[in-house]
Amino acid sequence: MAVKDLFKQELKIINMGLESFYKDLRSQNVSAVQVDWKPKAGGNTKMASLLGKLKKNQ
Amino acid sequence: MIKSVIRKNAYYDSVTLMLISRELSKMPGVEEVLAGMATELNLELVENLKMVTPELDGLGPNDFFISAKFDETQTSIEALEKKFFELLNDKKSHSDGQYQPPTLSSALNHLPGANLAQISVPGKYAAAEVEDALDAGLHVMLFSDNVSIEDELRLKQKAVEKGLLMMGPDCGTAIINGVPLCFANAIRHGKIGVVGASGTGTQEVTTQLHKMGGGLSQVIGTGGRDLSEAIGGLMMIQGIEALIADPETEVIVLISKPPSPSVADKIYAIAKSSPKPVVIDFIGGNAEAIRAAGAYPCLSFEDAAAKAVALLKGEKVKDIDGINLPETELEAIIDKAVATLKPDQTDFLGLYTGGTLADEAMKYLGESFPIYSNIPLSPEMAIEHLEGVHGNICLDLGEDQFTQGRPHPMIDPQTRTEFFVSHVDEKTAVLLVDVVLGYGSHEDPAGAVADSVAEIRQRLGKVGKQIVVVASITGTELDPQDLASSTRKLEEQGILVMPSNAQAVRLADRIMQKVLKGV
Amino acid sequence: MEDLITTANRKALEIIQNGQPTLIGLSTAAEAIPGMHKHLILHAGPPIKWSRMSGPLRGAVIGGLIYEGLASTPEEAMELASSGKIEFDPCHHHDAVGPMAGVVTASMPVWVVENLAYGNKAYCTINEGLGKVLRMGAFSEEVIVRLRWIEKTMYPILKEAMQIHGPLDLRNLIAQALQMGDECHNRNKATTSLFIREMMTSIMKTSATQEDKLAVLDFLNSNDHTALNLSMPACKAILEPVGQVKHSTIVYTMARNGTEFGIRVAALGKKWFTAPAAIIDGLYFPGFTMKDANPDIGDSCITETAGIGGFAMATAPAIVQFVGGTPADAVNYTTTMYEITTEEHQVYKMPAMNFRGTATGIDIRKVIETQILPVINTGIAHKDPGVGQVGAGVVRPPMACFEQALESYVNLLEDEGLLE
Repeated sequence: MAVKDLFKQELKIINMGLESFYKDLRSQNVSAVQVDWKPKAGGNTKMASLLGKLKKNQ
Repeated sequence: MIKSVIRKNAYYDSVTLMLISRELSKMPGVEEVLAGMATELNLELVENLKMVTPELDGLGPNDFFISAKFDETQTSIEALEKKFFELLNDKKSHSDGQYQPPTLSSALNHLPGANLAQISVPGKYAAAEVEDALDAGLHVMLFSDNVSIEDELRLKQKAVEKGLLMMGPDCGTAIINGVPLCFANAIRHGKIGVVGASGTGTQEVTTQLHKMGGGLSQVIGTGGRDLSEAIGGLMMIQGIEALIADPETEVIVLISKPPSPSVADKIYAIAKSSPKPVVIDFIGGNAEAIRAAGAYPCLSFEDAAAKAVALLKGEKVKDIDGINLPETELEAIIDKAVATLKPDQTDFLGLYTGGTLADEAMKYLGESFPIYSNIPLSPEMAIEHLEGVHGNICLDLGEDQFTQGRPHPMIDPQTRTEFFVSHVDEKTAVLLVDVVLGYGSHEDPAGAVADSVAEIRQRLGKVGKQIVVVASITGTELDPQDLASSTRKLEEQGILVMPSNAQAVRLADRIMQKVLKGV
Repeated sequence: MEDLITTANRKALEIIQNGQPTLIGLSTAAEAIPGMHKHLILHAGPPIKWSRMSGPLRGAVIGGLIYEGLASTPEEAMELASSGKIEFDPCHHHDAVGPMAGVVTASMPVWVVENLAYGNKAYCTINEGLGKVLRMGAFSEEVIVRLRWIEKTMYPILKEAMQIHGPLDLRNLIAQALQMGDECHNRNKATTSLFIREMMTSIMKTSATQEDKLAVLDFLNSNDHTALNLSMPACKAILEPVGQVKHSTIVYTMARNGTEFGIRVAALGKKWFTAPAAIIDGLYFPGFTMKDANPDIGDSCITETAGIGGFAMATAPAIVQFVGGTPADAVNYTTTMYEITTEEHQVYKMPAMNFRGTATGIDIRKVIETQILPVINTGIAHKDPGVGQVGAGVVRPPMACFEQALESYVNLLEDEGLLE
């Protein structure tokens, strides 16, 4: 959805990272969800790459 | 005694960890403590502190550890661990109890119709998350830095192709549909659209135009590297085009450090063909080229704001320069300030939390007298070359070298507080600071500065000395921090509070000129 | 690639959703369990040698050998066990499951559960009760006497009662119990109550003496966990056919033997992926601490594998206090399980989760991506044989099991030429 469409919509934000940013949004009643973020596959690059192999489309 | 305790597969965000670490270090008997994720950087820090223990072996970035050096008669590693979790739960109990999905795709299920992802995860992992977000059709606000230039280019190209915003990396400020994102102020709604590559610069321009009665349609961030040769201004261009197409926007303001020449040319070309007036603040930059493109060059952030408001109101566009006081009144203030100083007080000290505000100060003051800095105007004025501790110094405390393992000074005033103590002494004449309000900032930055100045006045008072403190507040009365009481707290400490960073810088300069003349 | 896996997983889920675990009667291990013989001892968890067995499992083996009459003293039993003359194999290799030590010997009576949708069967011994029991590694006279009573008195009565009653729909029983405060792993009170209610008249109608019938009813009634030995084979029966679905990343077995935790994944067939079993950080009964605990043991996490047990904690608030949490924790645990599974169960619904179906079909990809491990509610056994349960808590499988499985899976696809 293009930028001009974004300007017409209510912002609904997925926050990934610092929880203070999420709290600021909620304090203004902005629709938001805080991701309980961890590095993909726990930062294990071998596992992340195995998962990546399974995601490539045929 | 040196001990560690670990928890595998536990993740806590960096700011939380740093703030809690600080609390732990205040516990009796604790000499040194580091509570963090077992990233390479953190493990290195532990090594440098000579606190490595066998428990830390084989830990990865998803594992958590507390490493401490302490007096075992006063405390124990168990006590530190217990305190950590108490403090953590304390923070969590203020959290709203809403479910926190573990991944972006899960988040999309929990927030149907999500249209923007705001990402501030460690830079190493950020690119992958941005990619997923763009693939899911989300616009992106990317606060993280330490993202490679190759990733930035690839992702921005993808974003442009899909008609999505990718604001960042290292984008601190945006306001979309009136919602402040990351570090941004609450500004009244209006018809001025901004595309900004510089966080606090954007904050200063937007708060200034609010003060001048203007309002904002949209503030699009681009990240600090957007206008480099490699990235080619992809987001700035997309932002300008969006504002040109936006029916609400009537005036466009661009803010950035000077772009690479080819990128500047691209922007001038768009500005030239823009049906809406364009104010271009390339913080310095080529005023002639900007005018030739039919756009309006700027002398400062304050000036950029003034020009935008004038264009909006259909008034004559003037250069806003100088200090907004009658000369006689101004001279009186300067004289009064200088009169408080003793002849051996000749040093200037600038301590900034906002990077682009520090830039603005350096650009002006650095032309006026030689200043050592971590963002010097020329290499030989780099702070490392300062012999001894005395001389004119201006520091951007948000720069990497001061934020290793510490929160940014806009989030946590502690770093600057320490510099107030270490760098202000009997030879200091003028101290210049910024106070940045708004979302993302500390809950009372003015209070922290006021407390520090009180301490300074007390300390120097004992040896019969005073200093001149000049400040400006980047904020509006709509911001979560109380602007009025912030101003009052500063003034109560005899701080000269100026209406903009530009005017604060100029006042500091006038005072220093007088001081240096007297030498 | 994703399409291939999605299709395979859909098939696996169809098998699980369609499963119809039905109690059809009782038999003895020797008569019913494929491959059973006098010198074979089945146990919980992945394969393990005598020399590596932990306290409770050793104790149970000793008790089992004495019960079978193959040894008359513990010392003789230990010598026999290490002699090589006794074969050890996982229950799971013989369509069976066992709680805690999970020891099954030839003479033991077993519940017979049939998955009517696919025709496969699953077996489990009759639960002995609490305290000094074989499954906790006790092998005293008291234990052996009880086992013999179960075999000689209780078994014939239950067998006849089932013949009178006819097949009993276990899926239905579990579905009701989940709405009555059970999660069917650590909290089985409602399932057991429903079962006794269901079977009572049939038991009364059998040809046994009044005294014996009452003793059987008393025994069933005195043991809240009677129905655990029904829900376990029910879950086993539903999941076993999943082990044949090619290319599916769904976990169809999770089990521990007191030394190692093992999982099996559909696409990888009968291969076990193991890692050291954890010591549970839970709530310990007064007088006991983590230092007394045996590592995680039992096939009972077949319930979690099927999406109940710890996955349904929200629906069993009573269990949460027992494992050291709050009802809000229970809801949170349960909610996170949806992140690592594929579908919601169509029949097992949880009132506390707005009647959402239980999280079904653990996907190894999701476990590794999110780093969320399945949550298991478990009892904790004392590490010395025969002492019994010392606490309860929440435990997770080792991430290593899933990592090894993922690596194996990708290698398999590469070998088949399915990955570029």
